[in-house]
Amino acid sequence: MSKAEGRKKMSKETRRTLVAYSFIAPNFIGFAVFTLIPVVFAFILAFTQWDGSNPIQWVGLGNFIKLFQDTFFLSALKNTIIYCIGTVPLTMIASLALAIVLNQKVRCRGLFRTISFFPYVASLVAVTAVWKMLFSKTGPVNAILYYVFHVPNNELPQWFVGGLVMVSYILFSVWKYMGYYMVIYLAGLQGISGEMYEAASLDGANTWQKFRSITWPQLRPTTFFVVVMLTINCFKVFDIATLLAGGDNNTLTPSSTVLVHYIYQQAFVNWEFGYSSAVAMVLFVLVLIVTIIQFRGEARFSNS
Amino acid sequence: MKSAKKKAIVGKICVYIILILISLLMIIPFLWMLSASIKTDKEVFQIPFVWIPENPRWDNYIRIWTKMPFLKYIGNTALLTVVVTFLQLLTSSFAAYSFAKLEFKHKNALFLAYIATIAMPWQVYMVPQFIMMSNVFHLNGKLMAMVCLQAFSAFGVFMMRQFYMGIPDELCEAARIDGMSEYKIYTNIMLPLSKPALSTLTIFTFVATWNDYLGPLIYLTPNKSNWTIQLGIKNTFIGQYSSEYGLLMAASVVSLIPVLIVFLALQKYFVEGIANTGIKG
Repeated sequence: MSKAEGRKKMSKETRRTLVAYSFIAPNFIGFAVFTLIPVVFAFILAFTQWDGSNPIQWVGLGNFIKLFQDTFFLSALKNTIIYCIGTVPLTMIASLALAIVLNQKVRCRGLFRTISFFPYVASLVAVTAVWKMLFSKTGPVNAILYYVFHVPNNELPQWFVGGLVMVSYILFSVWKYMGYYMVIYLAGLQGISGEMYEAASLDGANTWQKFRSITWPQLRPTTFFVVVMLTINCFKVFDIATLLAGGDNNTLTPSSTVLVHYIYQQAFVNWEFGYSSAVAMVLFVLVLIVTIIQFRGEARFSNS
Repeated sequence: MKSAKKKAIVGKICVYIILILISLLMIIPFLWMLSASIKTDKEVFQIPFVWIPENPRWDNYIRIWTKMPFLKYIGNTALLTVVVTFLQLLTSSFAAYSFAKLEFKHKNALFLAYIATIAMPWQVYMVPQFIMMSNVFHLNGKLMAMVCLQAFSAFGVFMMRQFYMGIPDELCEAARIDGMSEYKIYTNIMLPLSKPALSTLTIFTFVATWNDYLGPLIYLTPNKSNWTIQLGIKNTFIGQYSSEYGLLMAASVVSLIPVLIVFLALQKYFVEGIANTGIKG
């Protein structure tokens, strides 16, 4: 190969790389500036104290030590975990049940599917407004409790205050998101071959036995994925809590606060950017743990 | 044999009862919203409950336009949604083509940067992002901040790349031999083929941008003239002392209409998109 040819080949390769970069550049520049840099910044900020105008102070692990003595933060962490524990299994069961029913040959299947999707596409501001009215002190739900179930007037529940607020979050969340996970389950169900059910029928298996020995085990990868997604989304809850139980300035009490709301409050109400980022790191670690479990699980499912 | 048939019919009836009950549960809040939107504030909580009041207050739907600059909020939201969706589709399909069909230096490292941030919740870095956006770019209160925030998602690139991987390489090779440039291959071959994936990305981006609350809350709250519908409805009608239920519900109904139209039109792609993320993980 002559020198000239070599140079020509190299320039061709350089050109190819340049063309490839030109495709990536518009997205990557935006992505790097508005996502990558803030991500790196977040990790640094968590070890500092900063109000945005005074000079940044390095405080090492100070924020984290303070965090675990902060009762409001501990409430937020506890509430977020309670919310997860309630929402994940309930949504999973509800969406699986709905998917199984909709996987049968029924009339108007498309219509039913569309309807169960409505809550998912509707904006949270609008649907939480309705829920707040439905479950308000004098609202229809309490009216039913009063007139039909004869719950005395002074014992009618306040759904968005105190102990019941978590129940309200969970119920709302199941209602809002079950349609979404139903679709994932439907896709999983369609992957199970009909022959297995036919063979089971010939052996005289009843519906429950078929579910136990065919549907449930076959859906294990789907269930795993659904549980992972649900858990991560539960950790990120903000809108539901703020819009259902938030006061005039989006304030929440120790019984109704959640992690992301505490990040928001520390940063944009108290202007404690460093401390707020330390809370964000706790959220990050929680999500990271679930993601690692997900990777391990997926490796296992793809091997077997 | 007869009893088996009977059993099957009973089973069918049970299935329908469950379906109808769940559907009612899903749809009643919306019907209640519609009903409340044509009532006076007193009628909303009146007992006994009626679905359609004697004198429907249709003027609730007129009053919301003067009660707040509703048209302005809709305009802001529509502009934001269209610009974000367009930029998202354009830049991510562009980048995805490169990741799926071209060979170049540092490809894996660059792609890894995208993958790594998909698992990173936005809520973890929203605060430093806000600091940067307001201190460096001075975008606090501007719609542009929301565009920068949402237009370059890693998810879009990842999703489009998955789709392009499924298109045979030979198609591009043949075009290259014919002397087509990469840009031509992208516009003339890949783009027309990727209609389903683009539709999926459109509806996801559209719904997410239209319904977003936390983003506008952080960036747009101080600048009233740039509020989105969600922020406008929340700040005008929902507070400790406001009790204009009829108006709140009428505004909510109007805010849901565009999303419902887009959803019904592109429903197929929406469902496919969710199902695919479920299978591939």
